[in-house]
Amino acid sequence: MTPSTNALGGTNYLNATRGFMSWFWTIDHKRLGVMYMWSVIAAFALGGFYALMIRMHLWDPTDNAAKGPEYLDKYNIYLTIHGAVMVFLVIIPSVPAALGNFVLPMMLGAKDVAFPRLNRFSYHLWLVGFLFFAGVLLKGGVDTGWTFYPPYSTTTGTEVVLALFGVFILGFSSIFTGLNFIVTIHKMRPPGMTWFRMPLFLWAIYATAVIQILATPVIGISVMLIVVEKAFQFGIFTPELGGDPVFFQHLFWFYSHPAVYIMILPGMGVLSELFATFSRKPIFGYKSIALSSIAIALFSFIVWGHHMFVSGQSQLMSVIFSVLTFSVAVPSAIKVFNWIATMYKGSISFATPMLYAMSIIWLFGIGGLTGLFLATLGTDVVLHDTYFVVAHFHFVMVGSAVFAFIGGIFYWWPKMFGRMADNKMTRLAVLLNFIGFNMTFLPQFVGGTQGMPRRYAAYDGFETVNMWSSIGALVLLGGLLLTLGTLIWSLFRGPKAPSNPWGAATLEWMTPSPPPEHNFHIDAPQVSDPYDMDLVEWRGEEEGFLPKNPRADDPCVPDVKPA
Amino acid sequence: MSHHDHPEGVAHHFESAAQQFDSGKLGIWTFLLTEVMFFSALFVAYTIYRGNYPEVFQYASNYLDTNLGATNTVVLLFSSFTVAWGVRNAQLGQQGLLKMNLVITILCAFAFMGIKYVEYSHKYHEGLLWGGAAHSIMKADPADIDPHMLEHSHAWNVGDHGATAVKDLDPEFRQKLGVFFAVYFCLTGLHGVHVLVGIIVLAWLLWQAMQGKFGPKNFGRVDFGALYWHIVDLVWIFLFPLLYLIR
Amino acid sequence: MAHDAHGHDDGEVHVHVLSVGLLAKVFGALVVLTGLTVLTGTQDLHGFDLAVALLIATTKASLVCLFFMHLKYDKPFHGMIFLFSVMFVGLFLAFVSLDKGQYEGDARERVADQRLEAEQADG
Repeated sequence: MTPSTNALGGTNYLNATRGFMSWFWTIDHKRLGVMYMWSVIAAFALGGFYALMIRMHLWDPTDNAAKGPEYLDKYNIYLTIHGAVMVFLVIIPSVPAALGNFVLPMMLGAKDVAFPRLNRFSYHLWLVGFLFFAGVLLKGGVDTGWTFYPPYSTTTGTEVVLALFGVFILGFSSIFTGLNFIVTIHKMRPPGMTWFRMPLFLWAIYATAVIQILATPVIGISVMLIVVEKAFQFGIFTPELGGDPVFFQHLFWFYSHPAVYIMILPGMGVLSELFATFSRKPIFGYKSIALSSIAIALFSFIVWGHHMFVSGQSQLMSVIFSVLTFSVAVPSAIKVFNWIATMYKGSISFATPMLYAMSIIWLFGIGGLTGLFLATLGTDVVLHDTYFVVAHFHFVMVGSAVFAFIGGIFYWWPKMFGRMADNKMTRLAVLLNFIGFNMTFLPQFVGGTQGMPRRYAAYDGFETVNMWSSIGALVLLGGLLLTLGTLIWSLFRGPKAPSNPWGAATLEWMTPSPPPEHNFHIDAPQVSDPYDMDLVEWRGEEEGFLPKNPRADDPCVPDVKPA
Repeated sequence: MSHHDHPEGVAHHFESAAQQFDSGKLGIWTFLLTEVMFFSALFVAYTIYRGNYPEVFQYASNYLDTNLGATNTVVLLFSSFTVAWGVRNAQLGQQGLLKMNLVITILCAFAFMGIKYVEYSHKYHEGLLWGGAAHSIMKADPADIDPHMLEHSHAWNVGDHGATAVKDLDPEFRQKLGVFFAVYFCLTGLHGVHVLVGIIVLAWLLWQAMQGKFGPKNFGRVDFGALYWHIVDLVWIFLFPLLYLIR
Repeated sequence: MAHDAHGHDDGEVHVHVLSVGLLAKVFGALVVLTGLTVLTGTQDLHGFDLAVALLIATTKASLVCLFFMHLKYDKPFHGMIFLFSVMFVGLFLAFVSLDKGQYEGDARERVADQRLEAEQADG
């Protein structure tokens, strides 16, 4: 095998074996990560299609009421499918399953995750979950909202049971991924990599995995309870049978609030890597970022009631949850300040991943700050179930989590495929995404404070807000299509990528792009400070950054130039 | 490219047998944590309904046979003993004893399910079901109850263990009784599903044991399978007093 | 051969093997405790019934965990994972019970009011 920093001409994990079964039945974490990535992108397109249906429906409501109740009922299906697909099929798996699977073992200098076959099973479960959702669509959809509250979910005629089986299966996919990552990080760190010498991406993935294993089983049982309620009239949530619908909300949100941190924490881990690498500086406040990830994971479990302030929850609990919710903003803010401090006096490179990261400072700032209005009892009573909430969560789930996912894709793309994807078009796409996103969701804050309710198929008096929002959605669509187009284009025409195009110091960059099947050509990569950018030096376009003091037995590093 | 002699029986991505075993152990304990959380929602349901309607739960306990429940408890405890012994057998390479213990554990599991079947069918015949079931006598309005049940259910007409007949209960009391049975069937049903899965896991271990796969250098799977079985036992240790012995 | 499961650099697996005698003794204790819980379940313990039942159940569970699941001889971290999960369940329980306890009174009043209205409408 020819030692080189780019392995496209030789053998790498992509071409080591060929054929459908060699991919479908693989246990290679890199192949699984790549398959997850394309699967999540496909699901994102599906969820995005329904988002467009929503925005087109809401653009001009004048004819809607005239089209009759059936047309309006369809709207409930759009919003449910959009929400459920995006939450369960896209955002929750996105960074951990697609990027985490690929990068985690490599950052540890390991050959794979702790349980490769369980990893494959997780992916197959995702596919089965996807099939269940496809089945739901073929059978007419489901119209309960992604929150599946009874009594509507237990009495509606739409495909609730099928959808909830899909959610249940996807839950297990998530649990097994989290389990795998926890054991891998505990047991497969290389000699010398103590907890506080791990890259921050791994701290984020670890904290996420802790939430995944603690919270996801609860949504599993909760949706099963709705299934038996609907199929056999068990009555636990039905007042006519002595049950309590608010209890379902407690069960649902006990998972679903921590779930939003499953969605954002990995993205924050990506951001820590991006800010450090593209400021060519060690991350500021490593320990506080690491510990804040754990803090967010733990705090996320004690605030779920803030989704239930107007549901019938007692005043006492509402006050308690409100106070606790304010506390969870603190560790998130710590991260943002540390990222900004990392950039200060750094050597900033405006590569595409960094542009996403910098956008997120604005987007997460807005998303996080608007959360405070919702945490405050007095204002939440007015804003609950309005477009203010919709805008808030899109800023954090899409503007922050999805953008971080895309930024991460661009960051690790050279490693995954051996091609660079960082040019005028990819940067233009960032701009379109940023403008489109803001245009879509900023007006919704206005609409919400003016009183427009969410999940309403018809409205009167919010025409301007909705028009701008829908136009923004089209701009965002353009940006996202351009993003995807540039990525695919790069696979065929992009410049070949060296092992370390960005100059990072974490271990995944110390092996060719794309990596060999067993990740590294040497047995145990040297462990050092993951943020010491001085460990590598620029050697030109073709060779990228290479270690200043390579190991003598590393076949991939050409001879060190004389001092 | 350098190769080193990879230890036998150790997967390619692990450095040593110890790392492989330790990872498996941590993995199973993490999985058991998820099982605890999986049952938690039902324990919360139990707590809030019992906490708010203690007299309903006290009454309902009359319809759960303490002897059968206690027998099932001992059966599961015994099966935990035999499977723990089986782990020892695997660690020491005692193939015969290992197979014997796995067989006994599986038989205990079947005995447990058999007793559960007896309990469940008794409840079905008496209409002691959740309120929404067609056959149930736990409905507020007697007009909603299957006339066949009104005539034949002992619980409806006479009551068990000296308790008031179900027909003489306050309608709201009867309605909340239906919730008790919903919680009862959810808790014991979910537990039963876990017993069935346990049978499959133990059978798989037995099959491998019959092929002589286990020994002092390879007993991890028996150890981890046994840990799963102990969780099944643990859940029942709490279900028994909480459901059968309410005063 | 019995070793403690502490670091041995040969990479080999070393675990503590439990004796049959110990396992049998634990089983015996569990059966006795089961009998005790049935016995106390038939007595009126003046409000302490639930506490006693849970105490006995917890003791049984501890025996199963410490010996059958050999947590006593294992890395402390595994026991911590288990305790951690129980803590989380406790948290879940506490918050939801507190809430239900607070609003159930209002819910019952409302149901009673509705029943009264229905009766008056009929009557």
